[in-house]
Amino acid sequence: MKSQNAIRKPIPVLSELLRNKIFYAMMFPGLIYMIVMYYLPMVGVVIAFQQFNPVKGIFYSKWVGLDNFKFLFQSDAVFQITFNTIFYNLVFIALGIGLALAFAILINEIGNRVLGNAYKSILLLPYLFSWVVGGYLLYSFLSMDKGILNQLLSRWVDEPILWYSEPKYWRWIIPAAYVWKNVGYFAVIFAAGITGISSEYYEAARIDGASRFKQAIKITIPLLAPITITLILLQAGKIFYAAFGDWTMFYILPKESGVLFEATNVIDTHVYRSLKTMNDFGMSSAVGLYQSCVGFVLVILSNYLIRLYDRDSALF
Amino acid sequence: MGKRLSLFNVTIHTGFIVLCVLFLLPLFVVLSVSLTDEQSIFQTGYSVIPRDFSLNAYIYILSGQSPILRAYLVTAVVTVAGTFLHLAISSMFAYSLSRPEVKYRHIASFLVVFCLLFSGGLVPWYILLSKYLHLKDTLFVLIFPYLVSSVNVIIMRIFFQTTVPSSIIESARIDGSGEFHTFRKIVLPLSTPVLATIGLFTAVFFWNDWFTASLLIENSKLYPLQFLLQSIMNNIAFLQSNPLTAKAAAMQPDETARMATCILSVGPIILAYPFLQKYFVKGLTLGAVKA
Repeated sequence: MKSQNAIRKPIPVLSELLRNKIFYAMMFPGLIYMIVMYYLPMVGVVIAFQQFNPVKGIFYSKWVGLDNFKFLFQSDAVFQITFNTIFYNLVFIALGIGLALAFAILINEIGNRVLGNAYKSILLLPYLFSWVVGGYLLYSFLSMDKGILNQLLSRWVDEPILWYSEPKYWRWIIPAAYVWKNVGYFAVIFAAGITGISSEYYEAARIDGASRFKQAIKITIPLLAPITITLILLQAGKIFYAAFGDWTMFYILPKESGVLFEATNVIDTHVYRSLKTMNDFGMSSAVGLYQSCVGFVLVILSNYLIRLYDRDSALF
Repeated sequence: MGKRLSLFNVTIHTGFIVLCVLFLLPLFVVLSVSLTDEQSIFQTGYSVIPRDFSLNAYIYILSGQSPILRAYLVTAVVTVAGTFLHLAISSMFAYSLSRPEVKYRHIASFLVVFCLLFSGGLVPWYILLSKYLHLKDTLFVLIFPYLVSSVNVIIMRIFFQTTVPSSIIESARIDGSGEFHTFRKIVLPLSTPVLATIGLFTAVFFWNDWFTASLLIENSKLYPLQFLLQSIMNNIAFLQSNPLTAKAAAMQPDETARMATCILSVGPIILAYPFLQKYFVKGLTLGAVKA
């Protein structure tokens, strides 16, 4: 080593790798994994420009230029799935964050820690269930002949309602299911934010004679604004991914009922169905690339806004 | 407390109790159906309280005539092995990214963050796993796609940077402890909060995953629990070992057995929840803003 140093400097990359070889060895499995499982599929988006043949593979399939995209944007589906994805996500942001904020403030207001924690825990429980279980739970209510809802309604309605074949109800059912599963999650985050607010503000307000309602409006909500805005922007960055990535609700809950598609088909279910049932690689990868590209721009944009607003919460 | 029991408080409490009941009600209906006699369901439909109590569905499942026990085993193996591997690979990765002496950590960190911005999407992911890695129809395919997640690596890296004091690591180094030894014996024990919460959420993820199997598992012997549950949702005859003759259908629980499968699949989560609840809550606030 000594004599080598005298002649020429060691290659810097190699000497750094050797000096911290244990750290690089610890990095190695994760890094290789990311390159294989995340970066190879990124290169794989080229199949959106191919007439992909599973036997020939990526390297030997026929290139068709923008044909897949032409086909995609000429179909009616692309408008429907884009509209539904964004429509539901906007409803989810408003409902999910709005209700969670209200619940967290109310739980804080009652001032009973034991019961407050119990409420939070129960509201959080559905967050841990899969949508498959969610589908069963929903079916117990909506089953046409045995469901709880039709039994209740039978006193007022003559004909049992066919919940799984009427799209109009699903514009309400889907948001309700989303709130059921996710509101606890956001309520816990807001509750943690409320705990972080110094009690001095409330004491000062009390001395000035502010009512509890006024305290909530003038202290709690403004001080939760950074968390709220960050959460909204983070979700806005994922607005092109149905339910912000947790899209399987759109596939599971309607039980693959085709008549409901106008109210339940979103970008991700469209990709999944084209791949699974039709084996249409070209089409589904074109939709996927369309989603990834718009998604990319939106994440960059939302992160830029978060940075302007609150540097520490930014993703990068 | 007397002062707090105002009309306002009573209203809020009532509201939350109603809300909690509504949130849990579907679970009770499914539980009730699973505990009802099959014939009674056919005649009167579902109810919140079993009209004609019967344990037949559970006896049928536990007697080993249905594929559920096997699916339980598959899910248990995948959950335990998957969570362990996920924590091992991610924590080593995140630790090496957190050490300032590692010169190229910024490049690796960039590679981690970039995955949050852009993804190849479902189709290349599927082709990679099935055609190029040849993992289709193996138990390993249920684990492999989820061994590292960017968000978890970032959360762990921030935890290592902010909570584990550098001075401890340096003094261990002076005492002659190798870097990996320091990591295993000092850093990891100090990081149990972050490991516990990420481990819990990863375990819940593996437990709940049906999606991977729906694309990459065809052999019914490798069905995990949630995928089995999803497959039997619309398929009445699936659970029954005998061909569906009229007599067999009358004797074997079907609808109730499906609901019992659903209950058994969430059972472990519900049972563990009261004990682990504080870790879940902590984990949410830990990764809240970054996730």
